[in-house]
This record gives sequence, structure tokens and C-alpha cells, in this order.
Amino acid sequence: MQKKDIGLGVLIIVVGAIVYMRNPLFLSPINLGNTANLIGLFGLFAIGQGFVIMTGGIDLSVGSVIALLGVLFVDMVGEFGVPWPAAVAVTIGLGVLIGLAHGILITRFRLQPFVVTLCGLLIYRGIARGYTAESTAGFPFGSSYPQLEWLTIGRSFGVPHSFLAMLIVAAVMWVVLHHTVFGRHLCAVGKNEEAARFSGINTRFVTIAAYVICAVLASIAAIYFAMFTKSVQPSSHGNFYELYAIAAAVLGGCSLRGGEGSVIGIVLGAVLLQELQNLVNLLGIPSSLNFAVMGAVILMGVLADQQFAAYRSRKNTERALGLLQKQ
Amino acid sequence: MSAVHELDLRLEGVTKVYPGVVALDDVSLQIKAGEVIGLLGENGAGKSTLMKILGGLIAPTSGKIILDGQEYDGFDVKQSQQAGIAFVHQELNVFDNMDVSANIFLGREKVRGPLRLTDRKAMNDLARPLLERVGATFKPETMVSTLSLAERQLLEIAKALSVNARLVIMDEPTSSLTLSETNMLLKVIADLKTQGIAVVYISHRLSEVEECVDRAVVLRDGRNVGGLAREEVTHDAMIRMMIGRDLKSLYTPPAAPATKPILSVKNLSIKSKPDHTASFDLMAGEILGVAGLIGAGRTDLAEAIFGAGEKLGGEISLDGATLEIKSPSDAIAAGLYLVPEDRKRAGLILEFPTLENVTMASLPAYTTHGIVSQRRQMAVAEAQRKALGIKTHDVRSAASEMSGGNQQKVVLAKWLSMNPKVIIFDEPTRGIDVGAKAEIYGLMRSLADRGVGVMMISSDMEEVIGVSDRIVVMKDGVITGELPRLRFSESNVLNLAVGKVLEEA
Repeated sequence: MQKKDIGLGVLIIVVGAIVYMRNPLFLSPINLGNTANLIGLFGLFAIGQGFVIMTGGIDLSVGSVIALLGVLFVDMVGEFGVPWPAAVAVTIGLGVLIGLAHGILITRFRLQPFVVTLCGLLIYRGIARGYTAESTAGFPFGSSYPQLEWLTIGRSFGVPHSFLAMLIVAAVMWVVLHHTVFGRHLCAVGKNEEAARFSGINTRFVTIAAYVICAVLASIAAIYFAMFTKSVQPSSHGNFYELYAIAAAVLGGCSLRGGEGSVIGIVLGAVLLQELQNLVNLLGIPSSLNFAVMGAVILMGVLADQQFAAYRSRKNTERALGLLQKQ
Repeated sequence: MSAVHELDLRLEGVTKVYPGVVALDDVSLQIKAGEVIGLLGENGAGKSTLMKILGGLIAPTSGKIILDGQEYDGFDVKQSQQAGIAFVHQELNVFDNMDVSANIFLGREKVRGPLRLTDRKAMNDLARPLLERVGATFKPETMVSTLSLAERQLLEIAKALSVNARLVIMDEPTSSLTLSETNMLLKVIADLKTQGIAVVYISHRLSEVEECVDRAVVLRDGRNVGGLAREEVTHDAMIRMMIGRDLKSLYTPPAAPATKPILSVKNLSIKSKPDHTASFDLMAGEILGVAGLIGAGRTDLAEAIFGAGEKLGGEISLDGATLEIKSPSDAIAAGLYLVPEDRKRAGLILEFPTLENVTMASLPAYTTHGIVSQRRQMAVAEAQRKALGIKTHDVRSAASEMSGGNQQKVVLAKWLSMNPKVIIFDEPTRGIDVGAKAEIYGLMRSLADRGVGVMMISSDMEEVIGVSDRIVVMKDGVITGELPRLRFSESNVLNLAVGKVLEEA
């Protein structure tokens, strides 16, 4: 655990305690279960976003990917009767393709990540709306897919499986980021691509892989969201989700300049965002103020972090000077 | 510009102490109007500290600045500007997305009307005579992006004149200029002198200093070790004062003579000089110096060999076998490593711990079932720290906390922790203090004695002549000559560097 993660954890507990004191329903099993489900859903793709941000890039297309793949998944399973495991495989395969396309455009053709994925945001959303002719994609009345539903919206001991899925993904990605060669290379590329290249690191591969990871996690999230909402409204499903993901990653200590971040931090960032949503609901704040509350908290969090970092670096300088003077 | 008060600037006993280092020790210096002073000294001799004091960026610990008869304990930036002190920096501070006059008047734009819109015409009219004074052929409306480096330098000087500079300090102004551009700049300096403007000229190019200065002042280890009058300013005299010892004392001969080529480069052509090709051999166990003027293509050559830069054609073979190098990872796999010129950009990741930097190029070797073992990284980094004498309290602390010399050792440790056959050093001691330099030379020699082929690109004449076993000289992408140790001399190297043919010895 990094210091930042601990700070974020403390913030989550403090906010939780305040909400609980104002409204004890906060810790009711129903509320906790619902919030955990949302944390799972949003956490899944926030982790992917974090990987992209760590390369110094950004993926703005996440929300549109969730809408497009959600529409396609529902249609495959509900409309065309594709067996759900095959539909899951196809959906994830499409995620891989989307990630590859982003990664290749960014590395080979040297386009800026912001531009590439902004175009993706528009294109995927447009295709989703065009494909469905603006109508909502849904499962046929009375249909049921017990295994798929157990995996996605089922619960064990009251814990939503979306949350468990997110924890599993987080655990895997934590190992990948912090303990594998790929993870080290990812941080190196994000911090100083030139030095990484001069150390023989295949910087293109690393960058492309980050976008593939992001799009794949978005495609998995797309399935979870589609099963959760049961129907996908192509013009509004997943709107602004990329911003939730970016917010979670930034709250979790990812620097938009690249090279810094932790999986635990991103998950805690996702937790805090959903806690704030929950706070708005439980404390009777008009839900129209939802975004304003979130924006304000993120701003304060990032500002506080900046101040801490400046303080730490001052301490470090003083220590280094002290050592020099002793010599 | 006769309205401008004549400059009389004196520094008396100026001392600057940093924690642990005395950067300047009791330096006195007088600068008068219309005088061109060469300021000489090795890297770290205190030149830039002195200049920062004049520019008001730092205050001296003790000593006085006396300007036009008035005493100051130290300048601030504003006082320095008001005194008419202007800088022309090594790294140009021009904005190439603007035109010339906008650059000259940046931050002091002329405005007109109630909306205070910028008055381009007025600025252009003011800029024109300034450009004329520095002998520039471009116009105030010209976009800076279309100017050559030398023209940008002139622009900087024009900018200095626009603030009524009485003293222009030039820090390595010719380091990226061609010979003819350099000559033009020297002419401008002579013109400035006739206009009563004083110039402090800092350069490692001694022939330029010889040509343009009225007198030279030499700093060594923060002390003013003396001055040379116009007629005393000669190469040898300057070098002797700068280093305080003979040129060749750096040299340690190899343990055994090198005979077997380890790296052969045939007809290699690089992107910046597409019409030329370079060929040379590097022997196992030798230190091969690669000399040449800046812009000769040496760094491009090194990066092309290493696979980090573009290679248009040619063949590279290592130990007799042809190597197909498409990226640095190919070169690294073959045991061919590069210690790059700009270590902060390409050598290491400053924010990363030393141990990560040391193991970065060979991380897969530190894994068990795909998981990186920090314990093994730590062991290797510790071993390298001891072997190279890297001064850090903890190999887990960031490389940015170290001095330049120690950072360079970390870059070197990265390669030494692997299996080097050939190491190319590109400007290995740039910005490194004298003590650490000697250690780096020692490491290079011990590598060579282990049978590694060591290639050293350097623009520092003392270093090339003092450290190499053999020198090849490069000009415009071509190896123009080769010198065995017996024929080492500055004039031989320089003559080859400018393309002259040497007489046979």
C-alpha cells in the first residue's frame, strides 16, 4: 500500500462515518449491496483506464464502448439466440480489436490518444445508435439465462458478483502492474518513453497492450452493465462513464503525466465515487447536484494530494541537504 | 547609443558557498565598456555560478558587486536587467511559433489604442535597426521557425540590444553553429565592441576565444586562477591554466595491446547525412575515441548502431557475425550497449529508484514464474553500487537525488549488470565534476581490459586525447581519419574534424 492509498482509505471511512451518522441506512445490507454492485461495475473499467493513464495516455471512448458492446451483446443473446458463452467471447474479442485499433493509431501513426479515443467515443456511440435505429435493445419478455445471470447479477452471501469480479480483476491487475516485467515496463514507458526505448523496452507493444487491457475491461464491464440494466438505451447508456473512470484513476493517484498509479488506489477511487453518489441520495441532496458534489470532492482530493506531495519533496530536499552538510 | 552610460562593473571577492561545495571562492573581475572578455574553465569551474550572480538569479555568499561606482551585496533579476546585462544562452530561448519582432518584444509588447492591442508596426519599426546592427538578413516579420540556429542567435543578440544592453554574456554561443555561422557571430561580436558594448564570451572552443577576445579570465575549481592579456591568449596557455596540468596525464595504457576487431561498421549511412557513409573497426580491449565537431553526426552514428536511430544503409558486425539491428532490444540482446549523450532524457528514469534503473534493461532475468523478484534486483543493484562506488544512501531512493556523476554510474551499472561486448559512450562526462570524471575513465579502462570494445564519443578535446587508445575523427557523416596514439594532438584532431588531410608523419 502506498501512502496515497492509505490517505484515500481514511477519506472513504471518514465520509462513510459522516453519512452513517446523518442516515444510518448507509450501512443497511440493501444499501451496501447496491453500492458494492455499482463499485464493481465502475471499478472494472476504471482499472483499465488507469493502465492507459499510466502510459501517459487517456481513453475517452470507454462509455461508448460500453454502449456499443452492450447493444451487440444483448442483441446476440436476446435477438439471435447466440449461446451466451459465445456472445461473451465475441464481445471480448471486439474489445481486443478496439484496443488494438486505438493502440496502433497512437503508436504507429503517432496520433494523440485524446484525439484517437475522442473519435472512438463519437464513432462507437454513433454505430450503436445507427445499428439499433435509436431503439432500446432488450432481452425478449420472459427469457432467462440462469448461469449468465448468476455470474453477473447473482450474489453470494449478499455480495454482488459484479463486485467479486472486480476484486478478481483487481487482484490480477495488481500482480501484473506491480510484480511483472510488463508492469514495470508500463511505468517506465509512462515516465520516460525515450529512456525506456534506450533500455531495449518495446515501447510500442507496451502502449498498445495498455489500450487493449482498457478496451477488454470495458467490454467485460459492458456485459455486466447490460445484464444489470437488462436493456440498453443506445443514446444514453454509458454516457460520461469514461469520466467516472478517469476520475477514479486520478483520485486513486494516477498522474495524467503518466508513470504513476496503483491498482488499489484506482479501486479506492471507484469506491469513493460511488460513496459520494450514495451520499447525495441518502442525505437528500437534490440529485441534480450529483456531479457538482463529485467534482468538488475530486478537486479537493487532488489539491490536498498536491500539497502533501510538495511537503514530502521539501522534506526530502532538506534531508538530502542535511546529509551533504554532514559529509 | 551614446546616451547609454558607460559600463563599469566590478566584482570583488565574490564567494558562493552551497552546502558541501564552494562554487566560487574569492573571485574578482572587472568588466569595462567595449571589452570582450573570454571566460574559461572546465565544467564545474564556477562559470555558470558567476554568470547567475551577474544575472541576479542567485546572490553571492560574500563579496561585492560594484556597478558604476555603487556597491551591491547582490543583484536581483530586475537590477541586473536595469544595469543592462543581457544573456545569450546556450539553449536558445526563442519561440519559433512567433515572428522575429514578437520575440524581441516578448513581455514588453508595444500597444496602442484604448483596447491596448499589440502594435505590430511599431514593433517591426523598432526591430529593424536592431537587426541591422547585428548584421541579420532576415526581417522583423520573419517567422522564427524558418530561421537557422545561427540566425536565432542573432535574434537573441538583437533582443539584448533592444533592452539597451551594456554587457552581453554569451554562454557557448557557437556550440551548435557551423564554421561560417561561427565566423559571422565573431564579426557581430567585433561590431558590438565598436559600439561600446562589453561582451563576456564563454566557450570551450579555444580557437574562437583566441580570435575574438581582448583578454581571458580563467576559473578553476571556483577560483580565479589568473588572466591572459590579448597577446598571451594562446591555446596552450589557456589549457594549462584551465586544467593546471598536462594534457596527457589522464592516460592509462591498456593491459594488453588490442588486435582483434570486435565491432565492424561498414558503409553506415545515417538520416542526417544521407549521402555519406562511415566505416570503422573497434578492437576488443581498446578505447576508441570518436572526435569531431558538433553536428558531424557522431550521436546519430552511435544511435544508428544501437538501433535507436534510423539507419539508411550499411552493415554492422559483431565478433565477425553480421548483426541485424532494428531496435535497441536487438543491440542489447547481442551485448552492444549505449550510454547516451543526454542521460536525463534517454539514459535513465530520474524518478525511478536506482535499483529499477539498474535492472531495467534485463528485467526478465529477475523473474520467477513471471513475477519480478525485488530481492534479486536489490542484490544486483547493491553489487553494482559497491563495484562502481555509486554514492547513494539507499539503492531504493530515486536517481534524481544523486549527482550527475553518480547518475552516469547508474546508467553504466545497467549495462555492467549484463554481459557487455561493446559499450558506446556518448559524451560520458558531460556535466560531471572532475573527480567523478576520473572514476568514469577508470571504469572505461577496466572494461577495455576485460576485453570489451569501448567507443567514446566526446567533444572534450582533453578527454579524447587523454583517454583514448586510438582516435577516429568524423565530419559530415564520414570518418575522415584515424590517429594512433603517437600522433595524438589537438591540431591533428581539429584538422581532420574540419576536413583537412594530414601530412604523413
